[in-house]
Formats: sequence, structure tokens, C-alpha cells
Amino acid sequence: MIELRNVHKAFGSKHVLRGIDLSVDQGRSLVIIGGSGTGKSVTLKCILGLIRPDAGEIIVGGEPVTTARSAKAREAFLARFGMLFQGAALFDSMPVWQNVAFRLMRGHLKRPKAEAREIAVAKLQRVGLGPDVADLYPAELSGGMQKRVGLARAIAADPEIIFFDEPTTGLDPIMAGVINELIREIVTEMGATAITITHDMTSVRAIADEVAMIHAGKVRWSGPIAKMDAATDPYLQQFITGSAEGPIETLR
Amino acid sequence: METLISPLALLGRRSLAAFAAIGRVALFFLSTLSHMARPPFYFKELLQAIISIGYFSLPVVGLTAIFTGGALALQIYSGGARFNAEAVVPQIVAIGMVRELGPVLVGLMIAARVTSSVAAEIATMKVTEQIDALVTLSTDPMKYLTVPRVLAALITVPLLVALGDVVGIMGGFLVATERLGFNPAGYLQNTWDFLEALDIISSLVKGAVFGGISALMGCYYGMNSGRGAQGVGRATKSSVVAAAVLILAANFLLTQAFFTI
Repeated sequence: MIELRNVHKAFGSKHVLRGIDLSVDQGRSLVIIGGSGTGKSVTLKCILGLIRPDAGEIIVGGEPVTTARSAKAREAFLARFGMLFQGAALFDSMPVWQNVAFRLMRGHLKRPKAEAREIAVAKLQRVGLGPDVADLYPAELSGGMQKRVGLARAIAADPEIIFFDEPTTGLDPIMAGVINELIREIVTEMGATAITITHDMTSVRAIADEVAMIHAGKVRWSGPIAKMDAATDPYLQQFITGSAEGPIETLR
Repeated sequence: METLISPLALLGRRSLAAFAAIGRVALFFLSTLSHMARPPFYFKELLQAIISIGYFSLPVVGLTAIFTGGALALQIYSGGARFNAEAVVPQIVAIGMVRELGPVLVGLMIAARVTSSVAAEIATMKVTEQIDALVTLSTDPMKYLTVPRVLAALITVPLLVALGDVVGIMGGFLVATERLGFNPAGYLQNTWDFLEALDIISSLVKGAVFGGISALMGCYYGMNSGRGAQGVGRATKSSVVAAAVLILAANFLLTQAFFTI
């Protein structure tokens, strides 16, 4: 479904991606782990075409991703994706339901306002929020609720592919558990292909079918979640155990 | 040797950076124009921008203009008295407001009020990934954020300038008739007879250009904001400074284009 071959990207003298090779099959959930600044977010942005890689190939659903395409083709391409952002990235100028229904009120998915609202309320319910939340503004919600609204917005147009950027960062452990469970359930029931970026190992165990660890701009280890704990790669082991001792340099 | 070369190198670096910035702004402007011409169009956002840029600027424009017109009348009266030319107050207030002070002061007030808020809003959206979210929701930020604001400024700022001109002349009128003993009917007649069509056209053209500069600078610096609260602060400051300087520079060029022949 999604394949990256030898993708490179540098920002000025900072060489962030140094040949990423990754692939996810349809309906599978890949979790990318790795320390901060190792290129996880840049990888996602490259797949979405937000950032143009310097070299390498990215293939989504059999077609190469290029940033230079017509506005229509680009809209159709992006319509296949849903994304949950790290800080939820809700539009604070509009109420919750309009955030969720954003895609259903513009462009080629546009439908009558009442219907868009109905779908938004249904999606909010799916993530555990009542209809009374629909007319609130994002600033009136707690962090966990904002994440849920972000999740509802990501799934509003029933995308084939969903990206989750650090879905549990900044949440208390119980809320993080709830969000992990929701992600797992939703991805399974929608049959969507999912890529999640995280450094929360609880999240990895809850969400992943496959795991890939990125370090220094390359995929250090990848494989099914069941094989992760038995893997001997010292970088991966250090990350899983959260040890300060190991090959990954830490600043003290 | 090092100390000799480094100021030169610094000068070179600064110049290159300045030219690069001019190029980026020019590209941003062209991209805005091209997005303006192609669908989809976001009419609701345009309407909202017209209200926030145009309607809510009315009080500040009115206040600026009335005080400036009044002060202008006082200045010209006392200055004119030095060579027995007190009678020219209506004519000079009219020409000063319409040709110069109306558009420039309204432009600067718009830079203060609109450019800053546009830059801060868009920069905050950028910092909180709302711009990226727009893209993933198949919405072009240039079309959704920049085009409505620039269009709204192009439409409303000339109207605000026209209003500023009228209110400024009224400010001069009030001071001249209440404090300086001018005859009201004569004052208005003199103003009306003296103004030419070109004065008014130049005023409106300046308004459109200054409005366009204000909105464009707000959007440009907002979209290119750095990270964090500091990034937003810097984007806001730079946008207002750039808009104000460009407005004053454009004012000189436009004045030269309209009135040197």
C-alpha cells in the first residue's frame, strides 16, 4: 500500500533522512519509533507530499507520490488520507463539529450542512464524545478531548490511510490508554492502513502490527511486533528498555 | 586580514539575504495572484475577512482622520498667517488629506491593526500545525487563508481611505468654522471646487495598494513564521515593520507617478 525506497532529505546542512526503506501492506498498522529529531515526522510529511524528498521513491497504492501535480489530482490524493496531529491542530476559529466536518463542507466531498453535522456528531460519538461537545470551541476542551476531536476529524471522510503523529504525547497514562484503544479499534473496523509515530512503548504494543525503528535517518530495525522483544539490535533494545546505557548517544 | 574582510563579508551576506527576501515576497505575491484566479473560491472566508478588515477598522480610521484633519487646519492657518495666506486652509486641508495624509495614515493604521493580527493568527496556525492540517484536509492554505484576506484588503481599504478623506476634511471644516471663523458654506464650496478627479483617483489607488501590501505582508510573515511563541512574535513584528516601510516607499513612488507631470 505504502512503500518508501531509499528516501533522502536534507534541510541545509542537516541531513535528516539518509535512505529510508519502509513498506506497509493494506490494512496493517505500522508504528515508527525513534528518538526526537531522527526524521519520523519528516518521513510522514514526505509521504503526504508536504515535503519533497531530495532522492528516492515513495509509492502509495501503486502510484508514485510527487509534489507537482494538478490541484484536482492532489485533492483526490489527499482525500485518501486522514491525519491526527500531535497537538490535535484543531482550527480554533470554528466550533468542534465544523472541525470534524471540515472536509465534508468543502471541495468534492461537500454535502449539505445538516448532513455534514450529522456525520460529525456520529464520528464524535465514535470517539466517545457526546453531541453537547459539537458546539463548543476547541479552546474549551481538555487535551484528551482535543485529541479525540482530532481523531474524529481524521476519520470523518472514511480515509484509506490514517497517520497518527505522537497520539499519546501530553496525555495522562489512562487517557493515553483510552486513545490507544480507540486507535486500534477504529483502524481495525475501518480496515484502514495506519502509520503511527511515537516514542511511547505502551502505545507501540497497543497499536502496532509492524514496528520500524528509525535512527540517524535510516531504518535501524523493522519487523512484526511479536518479534520486537526478541530482536538483538542494541539500538532497538536500548529504546525499548529506555536505558541510558547503550549505543544511542544521550545528552546529560 | 580577517578583520578587514569580515565587514565586507557581512555586507555581502546581508545584501544577498535582502535580495533573497525580496524574491521570496515577489514569488509569494505572484502565487497569491495565481490562486486568486483559480477555483475553489472561499466566499464565506472572504466575507469574514471583509468584516474583520473593513468594518472593524472603521472606528480607528475615523478617529485618526478627524484629529489629523483638525490639526492640519490649525497648522495651515498659523503657517499661512506668516505670509497672509490664512484663506487657503480649505484647499490645503483638502489636497493634503486626499492626496497624502488620508491614504498614508489609513494605510499605516491598517498595517498596525490588520497586518499584525493576520500575521499573528496565521503564524499561530503554522506553529500549532493547523496549516499542515489544512493541507491534509485537501485545502490549500494560500486559497483558504491568503487570498480572502488580500482580496478583502484590496476591496475595503480604498473605501476606508475614501471615508478617511471625507472625515479628515470634516475635521478641518469643524476646526476652521468653529475656531478660526471660516464661513461654513464658503469652506465647503472652496474644498469642492479645488479638488480634481485625479486627486481622488490617486487616493483610492493608494488605498488599494497599501491595503494589498498590508494583507500580503501579514500572510507572508505568518506563513513563514519560526517556531514557538518567539517565532510568532518575530513574525508579527517583522510583518508590521515591512508593511509600514513598503507603504511609505510605495506612497513615494505612486505620488511621483501621479503628480510629477
